[in-house]
Amino acid sequence: MNFEFSSDQMLLKDQARKFLESEESVKKAREVLEGEQTHDESLWESVIEMGWTATTIPEEFDGLGLGYLELCVIAEELGRSLAPTPFSSSVYLATEALISLGSNEQKQSYLPKLATGEIIGTLAHTESTSSPSVENLTCELNGNKLNGTKIAVTDGDIANFAVVSAKEGEKAVLCLVDLSTKGVEITSQNTLDPSRSHASINFKDAEADILGADVDGWIALQEILDRAAVLFAFEQLGGAEACMNMAKEYAMGRFAFGRPIASFQAIKHKIADMYIAVELARSNCYFGAWALSTDAPELPTAAATSRVSASKAFHECSKENIQTHGGMGFTWEFDCHLYYRRCRQLAANIGSQAVWKNKLISSLERANQI
Amino acid sequence: MDFNDTTEEAKFRKEVGDWLSANATLKEDEESGSYPGMGEDDALSLAKKWAAKLYDSGWACLHWPKEYGGRGSTPIERVIWGQEASKYRIPGGFFEIGQGMAGPVLMMYATEEQKKRYLPPMAKGEEIWCQLFSEPGAGSDLAGLKTKSVLEGDTWTINGQKIWTSGAHYSDYGILVTRSDASAQKHKGLTYFFLDMKSPGVEVRPIKQISGGANFNEVYFTDVKIPDEQRLGSVGDGWKVALTTLMNERLAVGDASGPDFQEAFNLACGHDLNGDLAIKDGSVRDKLADWYCQSSGLKYTKYRNISALSRGETPGPQASITKIVSGNKLQEIANFGMDIMDAAGIVRPESADAEQNMYQMGFFGAAGIRIAGGTDEILRNIISEQVLGLPQDMRADKGIPFNEIPSSNK
Repeated sequence: MNFEFSSDQMLLKDQARKFLESEESVKKAREVLEGEQTHDESLWESVIEMGWTATTIPEEFDGLGLGYLELCVIAEELGRSLAPTPFSSSVYLATEALISLGSNEQKQSYLPKLATGEIIGTLAHTESTSSPSVENLTCELNGNKLNGTKIAVTDGDIANFAVVSAKEGEKAVLCLVDLSTKGVEITSQNTLDPSRSHASINFKDAEADILGADVDGWIALQEILDRAAVLFAFEQLGGAEACMNMAKEYAMGRFAFGRPIASFQAIKHKIADMYIAVELARSNCYFGAWALSTDAPELPTAAATSRVSASKAFHECSKENIQTHGGMGFTWEFDCHLYYRRCRQLAANIGSQAVWKNKLISSLERANQI
Repeated sequence: MDFNDTTEEAKFRKEVGDWLSANATLKEDEESGSYPGMGEDDALSLAKKWAAKLYDSGWACLHWPKEYGGRGSTPIERVIWGQEASKYRIPGGFFEIGQGMAGPVLMMYATEEQKKRYLPPMAKGEEIWCQLFSEPGAGSDLAGLKTKSVLEGDTWTINGQKIWTSGAHYSDYGILVTRSDASAQKHKGLTYFFLDMKSPGVEVRPIKQISGGANFNEVYFTDVKIPDEQRLGSVGDGWKVALTTLMNERLAVGDASGPDFQEAFNLACGHDLNGDLAIKDGSVRDKLADWYCQSSGLKYTKYRNISALSRGETPGPQASITKIVSGNKLQEIANFGMDIMDAAGIVRPESADAEQNMYQMGFFGAAGIRIAGGTDEILRNIISEQVLGLPQDMRADKGIPFNEIPSSNK
């Protein structure tokens, strides 16, 4: 049994953590949150220089051709450090969509530039306050013209292109849209996590290039989301563990009634519960990483399991971290709220907890029928 | 990252599998307990036969040295044995305290002569051991125990009461912690022994549990004599010896047994709720998803631990979460299972194999699991102190003689 990352992968993780600490990633997240920037450009440049955007891109398209396990350990550290960059949109979603669905020509034109960070991509899927479905999609593709509006698109105002879900007749399709093209109107949207930028995008007869011409767009999208879910789960895991450690450090140093509050069982048990949530999420994330890296048939189950478990862990840890800090946790000055915000942003990014729980049970229903 | 055995592990697994398939019967699908509904006497005699067979074939007490009747296996080999054995109907439940807790303590503290006398019959299942630690006034706070031991010449005299003693009624020997000096500080005045459970003055009374069963007992000691040579560790050093035992107990306590995700899922697929199959119900799916994530999280936590063992490392502290998570999950699943069966869920079935029985037993069993071998609360203390390094709670019993500490009875 070897259910663990290799020593090389652990070394990469360690390097990633030290690098993000030296870059003061959390401080930069706060600056983006408080300022007018969409993301931290210098950190994004450094991330590109580290080669992380090229991790899973095949070597023939100028990538590093590394495995998903490497990307998982990087994701955990990006989550731990709240990195204010478009990494998840561009790498877990847009790059992965192109790797799995792109024609050779599309791969040639996008992947080398994604690898070098010359372009940024994202996924544009949400349209309303209802969870998206084949039935309620309103964006429409006619020929190569796209019409409709997407909202809450993470990094929508940074990205150069988007993978957009739309209806073509009765069926769902995915298409690639250059966001600088005519007929695309981008409006930045304020969200409760301004350390990541969001936008609404209106398409008016915008030119679009179909992605995955021979496949059912909805099924293809679910597969992309499954793969991305594992990587998002690692970010959430990193964030959850950071919150647990913040709560622990604060409780050790904060005295009340003549003793550290960490010596009160009410606080100790709260932090023990954070630890339990983090460990369960970590083990489930490993399951997801294994399934993603081996393209196992269990991937839909493993992805949903890691996603649900990590969302839950981050939620518990980020809210109880504020609670452990007491009034200080409610101040703008302390970093607790940065994690509380990012937790909600990541939980919303690729579908809600209820959606992923339903996906999990549906995949188990399918597995049990076989 | 993979789930594959190393070459040596695969070879060992095959050896185990070959022996088991020749000597035991595979479990039927979804069979969780080994022999549900069997009486204790029958189960005990079956278990003794099986233990003797293991011993004679060299498969008893894998982790023990060969000279005392074990196999001298590595920790990973013990795990592989456990994985393979769990596929078979194997009688058990009687020897764990002896082989898992008393045995290792004897190995550390008994004389060579005593080891040779007591360990092989323990390994063979001929002699059964119990653990006499908890008292009515000393549970989570075990070091608060009061059973008194007094030395006169070469003989100790024991007076007091123990409680929650699993299997005392069929045990041949017991390990016992007593207070030999009440004027010393709490943890300093304890002394540890082993004794013959048939000694005059030992009285075992069964405790009826909320499930109706009686697996454990109260044990009363009235002027019970123990020769000084049966003392383990120095006089006053009993706490240190007890900690060795408890460390082994934590390693031994595993998953709560009873209905888990798969049983609850199957139940929801086969029962109606609000005019449709229960599995179609959103609230049912929500709960099932949570339990799946917990089960899966524990399963892969175990795999991470096994991987550490496989590399020859000591597993991390992750194992400490197992009992908290599985005990609470069992309690919720048991309640859910009966709820799905509506009013009929609480009717006691004629047959122990009936679906209701599994959930009803889980309903009671979970309430016990959350307490036995360290309550949920004590385990959270252990996680926060020993894993996360948080400080101990302030204590009212530190640095003062034991007999001046406030207690429920004073």
